[in-house]
Amino acid sequence: MSMKIYQLNEEFRNIVPQEIVALQENATWGNPKRGVMDLPVSKELLEEHSLCAGCPESAALRYILASLPNPEDTIIVNSTGCTSLMFPHIALHTVHSLFGNQNSVATGIKRTLEWRFPDKTKDVVVLAGDGATVDIGLDYTLQSFFRQEKITTICFDNEVYANTGGQESGLTPKGHVFKMAPKGKQFEKVPMWQLAIDSGCHYVARLTVSSPKRVEKVIKEAIYVAREVGPTYVHLYTPCILEIGLNSDDGLEEMRGRDKERFKFFEYKSPEAEEVIKKYKEEGLL
Amino acid sequence: METIKNKSQTNRAGQKIVSPDYLLFEAPRTKHFMTGSEVTKEAVKRASVDASVSYPITPQSEAAHLIGELWAEGYVGVYFRGENEFGVMSEVVGCSIAGGRTITTTSGPGTLRAFENFPMWAGTRAPMQLVLMARGVNSPLTIQPDNLEVGFLLDTGCMIWYAENVQELFDMILAGFVVAEQPDVHVPVITAVDGFFVSHTREAVYLPPDDIALPPYDPYKSPMPVIDNEIPPGRFLRDPFVMKSNYTSYATHASWQWEVRSAIERSRPYAKHYLKGLTEEFGDKDAEIVFVAAGTAAAQSKEAVRLLEAEEGIKAKVVKLKTIRPFPYKELEEAVKNAKYIFVPEFNVVGWLEREVRKALYKKSNAEIIGTPRVAGGMTMPKEAIVKEVLEFIRK
Repeated sequence: MSMKIYQLNEEFRNIVPQEIVALQENATWGNPKRGVMDLPVSKELLEEHSLCAGCPESAALRYILASLPNPEDTIIVNSTGCTSLMFPHIALHTVHSLFGNQNSVATGIKRTLEWRFPDKTKDVVVLAGDGATVDIGLDYTLQSFFRQEKITTICFDNEVYANTGGQESGLTPKGHVFKMAPKGKQFEKVPMWQLAIDSGCHYVARLTVSSPKRVEKVIKEAIYVAREVGPTYVHLYTPCILEIGLNSDDGLEEMRGRDKERFKFFEYKSPEAEEVIKKYKEEGLL
Repeated sequence: METIKNKSQTNRAGQKIVSPDYLLFEAPRTKHFMTGSEVTKEAVKRASVDASVSYPITPQSEAAHLIGELWAEGYVGVYFRGENEFGVMSEVVGCSIAGGRTITTTSGPGTLRAFENFPMWAGTRAPMQLVLMARGVNSPLTIQPDNLEVGFLLDTGCMIWYAENVQELFDMILAGFVVAEQPDVHVPVITAVDGFFVSHTREAVYLPPDDIALPPYDPYKSPMPVIDNEIPPGRFLRDPFVMKSNYTSYATHASWQWEVRSAIERSRPYAKHYLKGLTEEFGDKDAEIVFVAAGTAAAQSKEAVRLLEAEEGIKAKVVKLKTIRPFPYKELEEAVKNAKYIFVPEFNVVGWLEREVRKALYKKSNAEIIGTPRVAGGMTMPKEAIVKEVLEFIRK
């Protein structure tokens, strides 16, 4: 890819939306060292979004977008749910797939791009909610791990089907009362991070998004390992403050609370992943 | 027709690139004796295909195996077995929107398992090809010939072509890519054949040499941005912006659905050229008894026409529909001008083609439209059965 494709046509500069001009002038394209510390001073590929005020997903999305090492050659595949509200606003190639098939679509894209551009690095990142990743899409998620697809899968776990009005999901903790679980959820939260390890992921992390720097590190490691070795999985707690009855400024505190319990930071690296991470550290990119 | 300007140009498999017209109409052909599955391989081999994903289901499995062999031989870029049909139809759309010429195959229940994907293919304007080797849909369990699932596919926004025999299947697969990839068309094409009757039947087939191939797909002629980060603008979603609730979004989605269907309509002149017409007629031009059929029902109807003439002295003709989407309205109307009786023989229980024919001819023809004979669940339709049906009806 040439960075030129992201440059505005000068003749259109005064008629395109000012947000796009600002994005063009003030975004960190083409710099593998970009990160969350650029956020206060840069537009990170996202001007605005249509999520609820204070939604932790919006913070997570900004941190992830700021952490992509190669945004100009990154394709994001997403799925039905709250995440699909954000994607029309991102200045990246994004694909909205069906509900649950995001890892399959990403597989097709990644393999075809490898065939078409054998000498270029094109990262494919899947970003979807818990319903798409672990319920309706579990087969497709795990099968892409079994097949060792070189893609990074990020799950926004808000422990509920939020966009459809608050139904329990496979990732809802046991006993939580939600719509469609009027007597409380009947089974344990699915340990997706463990399934990811058992299914062949080379890098797996579970965390909340209360610490931006930690999110940056995890996302970068996951993408570099996927690029060179095989599938990687990142499980982020992004609570639906609306559905659990919190105010719009309570998201961060909710995540900090869960940092110490069911979303305690957990990380797994295969020996091959360790090698890759070591290499990128030596190159100063991690 | 001239070949591509630079005559030494080859595709990635080392085959010489020739124009579609040369490959389909002018290249010398030699006679072979092959099944539908085998000619699917032969067509893919000459089609500069980038990607294929497969999943086993009878009767298409063999065609999918053979595409895999082409991958092993270096003729196809990407190939693997997906997790199930929903996964496969998702994987192939990924291949297609990433800029690869893509083909897959399926049958019967697999088609239904994959179903949510087909309108997504069309809505995404992905010009891929599905070779559908039609088969009965379960309940109770069957693996027998039937083409009920084609009726489900009619309104997905994909083009639907129907091949009668092994030769037509070969030619249609090649033409399918060419037409589907026209920038003003650019929607998926589903090339249907009757499973077993075509997929497993060995017939004489004339094939051009295998060292020539179609020009590779050029994704940069797509009316939609290809998802490869190589072309501006750098801010895309492959889908229309419908995830908002406002008038602009409603209007966009509505007009998009019309656009997908208009794209199918715009395929007519190309399909007419590469398929040598959207319909084909057989028998007495002015006959009052007309069979309208697709696939092997047309083949059986042709035999019935011969039998009616030879044994009863009754003249009849067959109008074979090669394309169901676009539906050949004008051709059909013209072909049934003199008809008194229009029979629609079908290999399914619901009579989806009869519905299409009735809709097309409503207030356009005074002929009586009879949606029989109709067989299902693997039953064959011998020519004698068709003749019997006709005689019983016209002698009432």
